[in-house]
Amino acid sequence: MLPTFVNIGERTNITGSAKFKKLILDGDFDAALAVARQQVENGAQIIDVNMDEGLLDSEAAMVRFLSLIASEPEISRVPVMIDSSKWSVIEAGLKCVQGKSIVNSISLKEGEEIFLEQAITIRRYGAATVVMAFDEAGQADTADRKYEICERSYRLLTGKAGFPPEDIIFDPNIFAVATGIEEHNNYAVDFFNATRRIKQNLPHCRVSGGVSNVSFSFRGNNRVREAMHSVFLYHGIRAGLDMGIVNAGQLTVYADIPPELLERVEDVILNRRDDATERLLEIADEYRGDNVKKAAADLAWRERPVNDRLEHALVKGITEFIIEDTEEARCAASRPIEVIEGPLMQGMNTVGDLFGAGKMFLPQVVKSARVMKQAVAHLTPFMEREREESGAAEDANGKIIMATVKGDVHDIGKNIVGVVLQCNNYQVIDLGVMVPADKILDAAAEEKADIIGLSGLITPSLDEMCTVAAEMQRRKMQIPLLIGGATTSKVHTAVKIAPNYSNSQAVYVPDASRAVSVVSDLIDEKRGSDMITAIRSEYAQLRDRHAQADRDTRRSSLPQARENRVKIDWNGYNAPKPTFLGLKTFDDYPLERLVERIDWSPFFHTWELQGSYPKILTDKTVGEAAQNLFHDARAMLDRIVAEKWFRPRAVIGFWPASAQVDDIILYTDESRQTELQRLHFLRQQMQRKNSRANFCLSDFVAPTGSGVSDYLGGFAVTAGEGIDEAVAKFDAAQDDYNAIMVKALADRLAEAFAEHMHERVRREFWGYAAAEDLDNEALIAEQYQGIRPAPGYPACPDHTEKRLLFELLDAERKAGIRLSENFAMLPASSVSGFYFSHPDSCYFGVGRIDKDQVTDYAARKGEDIAEIERWLAPNLNYERGSG
Amino acid sequence: MTADRTSRINALQQALKERILVIDGAMGTMIQNHELTEADYRQERFVDHDHDLKGNGDLLCLTQPDIIAGIHQQFLDAGADILITNTFSATTIAQGDYGLTHLVSELNESAARLARKVADRQTEQTPDKPRWVAGGIGPTNRTATISPDVNDPAFRNISFDELRDAYLEAARALVAGGVDILLIETVFDTLNCKAAIFALELLFEELGERLPVLISGTITDRSGRTLTGQTPEAFWNSIRHAQSLAMGLNCALGAEEMRPHIAELSRVADCYISAYPNAGLPNGFGGYDETPETTAGHIAEWANAGLLNLVGGCCGTTPDHIRAIAQAVAGIPPRKPADPQRTMRLSGLEPFTFPVENSATEVRA
Repeated sequence: MLPTFVNIGERTNITGSAKFKKLILDGDFDAALAVARQQVENGAQIIDVNMDEGLLDSEAAMVRFLSLIASEPEISRVPVMIDSSKWSVIEAGLKCVQGKSIVNSISLKEGEEIFLEQAITIRRYGAATVVMAFDEAGQADTADRKYEICERSYRLLTGKAGFPPEDIIFDPNIFAVATGIEEHNNYAVDFFNATRRIKQNLPHCRVSGGVSNVSFSFRGNNRVREAMHSVFLYHGIRAGLDMGIVNAGQLTVYADIPPELLERVEDVILNRRDDATERLLEIADEYRGDNVKKAAADLAWRERPVNDRLEHALVKGITEFIIEDTEEARCAASRPIEVIEGPLMQGMNTVGDLFGAGKMFLPQVVKSARVMKQAVAHLTPFMEREREESGAAEDANGKIIMATVKGDVHDIGKNIVGVVLQCNNYQVIDLGVMVPADKILDAAAEEKADIIGLSGLITPSLDEMCTVAAEMQRRKMQIPLLIGGATTSKVHTAVKIAPNYSNSQAVYVPDASRAVSVVSDLIDEKRGSDMITAIRSEYAQLRDRHAQADRDTRRSSLPQARENRVKIDWNGYNAPKPTFLGLKTFDDYPLERLVERIDWSPFFHTWELQGSYPKILTDKTVGEAAQNLFHDARAMLDRIVAEKWFRPRAVIGFWPASAQVDDIILYTDESRQTELQRLHFLRQQMQRKNSRANFCLSDFVAPTGSGVSDYLGGFAVTAGEGIDEAVAKFDAAQDDYNAIMVKALADRLAEAFAEHMHERVRREFWGYAAAEDLDNEALIAEQYQGIRPAPGYPACPDHTEKRLLFELLDAERKAGIRLSENFAMLPASSVSGFYFSHPDSCYFGVGRIDKDQVTDYAARKGEDIAEIERWLAPNLNYERGSG
Repeated sequence: MTADRTSRINALQQALKERILVIDGAMGTMIQNHELTEADYRQERFVDHDHDLKGNGDLLCLTQPDIIAGIHQQFLDAGADILITNTFSATTIAQGDYGLTHLVSELNESAARLARKVADRQTEQTPDKPRWVAGGIGPTNRTATISPDVNDPAFRNISFDELRDAYLEAARALVAGGVDILLIETVFDTLNCKAAIFALELLFEELGERLPVLISGTITDRSGRTLTGQTPEAFWNSIRHAQSLAMGLNCALGAEEMRPHIAELSRVADCYISAYPNAGLPNGFGGYDETPETTAGHIAEWANAGLLNLVGGCCGTTPDHIRAIAQAVAGIPPRKPADPQRTMRLSGLEPFTFPVENSATEVRA
């Protein structure tokens, strides 16, 4: 086997690259990083970093550059060679790299003591090292001197310094040949001979060299220099040269060197004749000229066969050529289905494998799916024609019915799961949002589905899923039921949903990446029954543990909890008065004002990219995927704003208010005589061992009779109309990626609107924090006075209170937001809630409550206990209907 | 080094050739079960301390030594061979949050003495089954590889030198307190780990002798990388110079997710392999659901596959988990260290193995 040669990128060596030097001296580290990235992309397996320059604080530049590289996974995936003639720079560099690097270099130049001390230190940092053939008497030029110094170094390193021999790389000095000085003519041969002896006699070590030195006398004539490098490498590698600093982009292939040039270059390198230098000079001018190869265009993949192109387009998510490539493949195939079953499925399998291996991320997969869909859409008419002619049936891995349950409108997660399943050749029948149980089950029966998947985001959906499960049992269905969505959990599925459906099994699916393996296992007859058995035993254990845990959660009685309320001293408290009472509406609110208030982290979570913005953009693992996604998102956001895709609307209101135990009473006017509305809140009942109170939102409003004139606010905002139209447009174009993107951005804009409006309320409309000036991060971290809790969320978990809020705000007319029967808001990208101003007000979770509070709460609201229990099911500290 | 320690270390080397050794389980979750209050943490000595101390579990070696000794004892009773000292955050860096940097030496030395006492008492009762103490050196709460400032990716809020000094102080006190082994654990940033290795090398020079070192990394996401982005093999290449007795993984993902990464390390590492996973992944309530049987079942399978030399449990594992693990691996022969070809093995985020063919010189004239 021919020995391999490891190429070290040299473009980030300030002494070797004028361009890099200029960038570093100008402080343009971004561009300097781009140089490093390009080197790695071009195939450098190790990159050499050198900052030796008189005008520079080399230590600082080394530290800064290596620290920056650490944030660039595309660069830092390869090892670094820390290159400096100054020991202090090397040591500073060693403190910045987590990987195992190579030091370049140390030598016996200053004697054994320093040499050994440096070697021991390098060992402690866990690096390998280059050792120059240099000793107290100077640099070695002849083969004998080169070998002797290397041998002495080797003995010292492996003996006295305990250095592993495999971590030693000798550099026996490559000097320029063909300089016109006779003594220089044998330098290359000396190098080859020394290399052979080193490799024969000093086990496990390596040999390296700076190859471009050899052609120094032909500066300006790249073609000749490249030929010299190629010839040097050709013979050097055969002598045992393992690695070297070579500009990979400027190497001629040995076999491509014209014979005449090759002969004369070899004469020089191998020192074969006395007039070698003159003979090379004679012809050198003929090869002068611009010989730098143009960088291969990005479109090189277009030259490849059509099946390769299809796979490339799928893996990279490129739609640009997909129709013409698909058509070409179709013409070449005997049947259109072969295009799908062949190159397209192969490409999607690659995507699936990469996704499964954590090498591709969800946004990229969805982009791939878009390519697939467009290809399939192109083929479908041909396949239908063929099917009409032959009468054949469709063939998919399995059929899945998916739906967001009744009363819920959230579907981003469900759509992502659908796309991923379709990528894996499952037929997905998506019934959309707010789908009643009957419709789901009828469709499953009619389509002979293999699996049903339910999704939901709001807490009442959990209950609806139980209903669907019970209904499946009643109908004697036998197919698995998948459960997913933000509020669902394995515990809830095990404890509440699965017991309703013993015919088959309810299975919790945590995210889209799990969906395919779960579905493929469940559909497989053998694995399916194994899996269901395993899940049953797992869920049974979860139920046992849950029951165990339940017995430990004793609650305080409601009177005790009320006694331990948040005790605010209202004496002398001067409640801020809003600048107006009643309602204020905002229509067609400028989108650009919302963009800057976007909290991006949840956007990435929607796409199953975990991490917080902006750190996620430089994340080692998902950073690239996150950057691409972010880029696409910003581009669409620009269009949403510029072309006014949405019409954001909002309504806010303020009312005189006072607290009465756990209720808050709103009055028609400042006289506080006539009740406008009574809002009902829930109180924490966990037993407190410490000084913490049992919170209830009513604690944050001055009680009736306190003498304080307090107020409460309310709001409903929406990213607005236009969202569904935009989604429909992308759906029609088979573009799931952008369809999901629109919804995800609309959600973010709605949240941003809520944040922005709250800020205006604090500063202008209620005006109690006129001087507040917080940046987006501080806002996200909620570093402000007052809160905006939303019905259905932890501080006030009862969704039905949203009806009262919407009546107060007249939100359907004033902001165009409707409520579903389960109090989901339509459009889905909407946010509503209450405003509290007291400085002590804070967010909390009500947690589990006992029957005494449910009974009391039902009486306050004038509703059945059973009805209240249904809405508050996730919060009950007892089995519904018992207690 | 004391004669006692030398003989204990010899016994450890011997035991590792003969069987799979069991490390103890989670300290943190066991402490939580005691539901200690701020006052419990403070006791009289720290009654006037100006920082909140609740949650500083390492302080309990001073203020509630009986609780910590009791937890150690429970794990020994369950069958653990090796106790890890209660010193996960006992560095000047991590204790800075509690205003207790001045106590770091005392914390480490006391924790080591406490574990030593419990282990020795047990060994006296069963001299044929000695118990060892590993001095735990945590990752600290800072990372030398990642910038905390998004606007300046070159910025670091901790330096290699600061980490090295902090680790040296902790390790010196652990050894003074009588540990047999030094355990650099829960490594999420290899550069932090390299600072710890550097510190141990300085300490060994100071002592004139080496103690066995264990290094345990943590793979934090399903793509199989450390927090700072290295693959397991790249991590191994980066720390191999520590000449550790064993290396492996702990924490983060549960046993099920950990297996392929342990298998990868088992394939490449010429030292012993350790694994102490969490009791599964955290559930929706932040607790750990995996039963002792499940965790032990996974570990038994790995052991049977010849992947392991040391096993134990991290977050959420109870004495019952350790008992089940100890029973599951009893009698299963330990893994034999790999014998990789001798060649330069470098790493960035990914490993780079220098092609081996080349070291056999091929001379063609």
